[in-house]
Amino acid sequence: MSMRIFDGFKFTKLPTPVHQMDPRAKFILVMSIFAVCLMFSNLLVLLIVFFAQIPIIGLAKSIRRWSVSMKGGALLATLIFIMNFLTGTTLIYSLAMTVKFLALISCFSVFFMTTSPDDLGLALENVGMPFTLVFTFTTAVRLVPTMAVDAQTVIDAQRSRGLELEKGNFVKRIRNYIPILIPLIVSAIRRSIELAEALESRAFGASEKRESLVTLKMKLSDYLTAIMALAFLTLSVYVYIYVRLPSLEIAFKLPSIWPWSYA
Amino acid sequence: MIEVENLCFTYPNGKDVLYNVCLKVQDGEFVAVMGENGAGKTTLIRHFNGLLKPTTGRVLVDGIDAKKSSVASLARIVGLVFQNPDHQLFCETVKDEVAFSLKNFGYPEEIIERRVRGILETLELTSYTDSSPFMLSGGERKRVALASVLVWNPKHIVLDEPTIGQDYQQKDRLRNFILQLNTQGKTVIVVTHDVEFIAECKPRVVVLSGGRIVGDGPAVDILTDESLVNKASLVRPQIAKLMSSLSDMGLPANVIDLFTARTVLASKLERAETCR
Amino acid sequence: MPIIEMRNLTFTYAGAGKPSILETNIVVDPGEFVVLTGPSGCGKTTVCRCLNGLIPNFYSGEMTGNVKVNDLDIRKTSTMELARHVGFVFQNPENQLFSLSVERDVAFGPENLGLPRDEIRRRVDWALQATGISHLRNMAPYELSGGQQQRAAIAAVLAMKPRLIVLDEPTSFLDPKSAQEILDVISRLNRELKITIFLVEHRLDAVSRHADRVIVMDKGKVVLDGKPFNVYGEEAWLIGIGVPKVTMLFHLLRKDGISLDSLPITVEDATEELRRKLTS
Repeated sequence: MSMRIFDGFKFTKLPTPVHQMDPRAKFILVMSIFAVCLMFSNLLVLLIVFFAQIPIIGLAKSIRRWSVSMKGGALLATLIFIMNFLTGTTLIYSLAMTVKFLALISCFSVFFMTTSPDDLGLALENVGMPFTLVFTFTTAVRLVPTMAVDAQTVIDAQRSRGLELEKGNFVKRIRNYIPILIPLIVSAIRRSIELAEALESRAFGASEKRESLVTLKMKLSDYLTAIMALAFLTLSVYVYIYVRLPSLEIAFKLPSIWPWSYA
Repeated sequence: MIEVENLCFTYPNGKDVLYNVCLKVQDGEFVAVMGENGAGKTTLIRHFNGLLKPTTGRVLVDGIDAKKSSVASLARIVGLVFQNPDHQLFCETVKDEVAFSLKNFGYPEEIIERRVRGILETLELTSYTDSSPFMLSGGERKRVALASVLVWNPKHIVLDEPTIGQDYQQKDRLRNFILQLNTQGKTVIVVTHDVEFIAECKPRVVVLSGGRIVGDGPAVDILTDESLVNKASLVRPQIAKLMSSLSDMGLPANVIDLFTARTVLASKLERAETCR
Repeated sequence: MPIIEMRNLTFTYAGAGKPSILETNIVVDPGEFVVLTGPSGCGKTTVCRCLNGLIPNFYSGEMTGNVKVNDLDIRKTSTMELARHVGFVFQNPENQLFSLSVERDVAFGPENLGLPRDEIRRRVDWALQATGISHLRNMAPYELSGGQQQRAAIAAVLAMKPRLIVLDEPTSFLDPKSAQEILDVISRLNRELKITIFLVEHRLDAVSRHADRVIVMDKGKVVLDGKPFNVYGEEAWLIGIGVPKVTMLFHLLRKDGISLDSLPITVEDATEELRRKLTS
């Protein structure tokens, strides 16, 4: 079990235009893609949406990390494909669902990889979320990689005492994770207490009003990105309602002798 | 014997950590691995029990190629005690915690009972046998972690930063304990940057800096080498600094521990007094 | 007027069988550099927690006696209010830095106090400069070495402009050279900015040269309190604290019958004394 799947969602500081984009503009972009993905079940459209993200990812210099999150999602994607296909939908439809899933993971992966939790927090504050809630969220995001390192250390420590995670039947394997989970939970609790002590010592919550040192400013490029994203969304809605898309349908599906398929 | 031949290691995320490390540790040796934080000390020792496999190069433990062995099999001969005991404690009682490894290795019940009792006695933890490990103090938890590794009697023992957070008395006890393990014929490797502690133990010292070995020799030579010590973000032991600034008075420069310094200075000062 | 007045303080943590500190009396004047040391479990951390209000606000228990910090009674003052007067630096740099940039972390405290933006900016720049890390302002904490992280933590505390800074074993996780550098930074803050320092430390060899006073605790009580060379005697050694090696050396030489005038706490003092004895 590798902790590397989290790499695909971990923020890394890089000097790319995508990283420097205002998080609010980025969020509008991601939400537009999200909405389009949900709307359509057409394989052709979904493939276009999926592949259109790749130049953005390249611009963010994050292709390698993105491929890690793709590999991580591959198992689940295959599961989705099989579930769809075995319940009687066509091959093309099942593929479309799989691509939809991957496209969704992609856009969220890019968002989290290029937006620092601090900037995310500022954006949320801007929209009116109370600071305590925002702080909880950004701290949680910030702690994910730290806890992943802790998890790896715990696994290493227990393996060094002879624990073999790959051996044994299903039940034994689940039980083998107790020596991993307990130290991890205890570590997390200890860490939270230390963080809480530090927060108290820095007057957290002392004042209702709060001005932050750094503020988000939307540049022209950010406004343009947001406008283009919304335009794209509007266009997609139009296409969805009025345009008949070419169907790639090959009427291939499982024979209806399968007991659980529906014609 | 632990042999490291031209070991290079790069993490999956592309970070290079070890460059061409060559090292031979004989059975029964006491070696300190020192260097700045991030020099690669922790990465190096994780190769000894197979947790990490070399990117290039070889690590042989008692003749076995670590790359081709499982952690479970190497762990039987190399006991690695991690820096933070909270990364491993999970049982309801100290007794169960210590017995964990023996159960993993498949020892029979009676032997487990006997061994656990023995090691708890050796480390003065008998009164805590049925206590919860989470209720113990920091120093006691560190001893429980040590007990849980020593209980299966590995031939080679590796301690990762055992002195952090320990007070003077605890460090003194630790030093004596390590020397005891050594006399029993065990190989002891200690990763640390506690210069004063090592100055009193006087083991062989291997210095890592930036992923490379930059020094390897007796403590008295390594810890008195000012440029080497600075390179590895360490400092010279107090006694070494003292003797070096008095070297023009005919005092030997390679003294680093309290006992030797006392003996040398006492005789020199007595002579100076009688000369008057 | 003393900046710390701890009188007859006894504190038992909720659910504990016995008190962690017993009838403790500690008085510290403004501008002092005080080192608190003692074997594990002697009550050092408990004392620190009483200084910034973590006890009794965060950790509950039974308290008798009283503590006044900067003339504020800790029983009647919230941690938020005390944070304006007392800064606290913890052992582990990782769990006291909250942001992904040093600058924002240093700004965190002043932001919490609701200060206006330009005042925050002024304080951040000043704190970064005072700790010598202005060039690291845009780095993320995980990109820094342990020593740099602790400097960032100190800057973050400094930005709140406290009169007293309490540090609980800040060099624990640092290598010897970084430890020395951090202690130099702390000493400079004490000398130049006149900030009172209350430092818990095991590494007495590194810190003794900076300290005005050393307090030794054992089993919850203060047993020694005075200038370093007065404190590093036989009793301290028997309690089991890390008396500097050069001081111990002189003790042992005295036992051997050699007459020595002073008890050094630094290598330089020891060298001077021995040189004199050897050349005369």
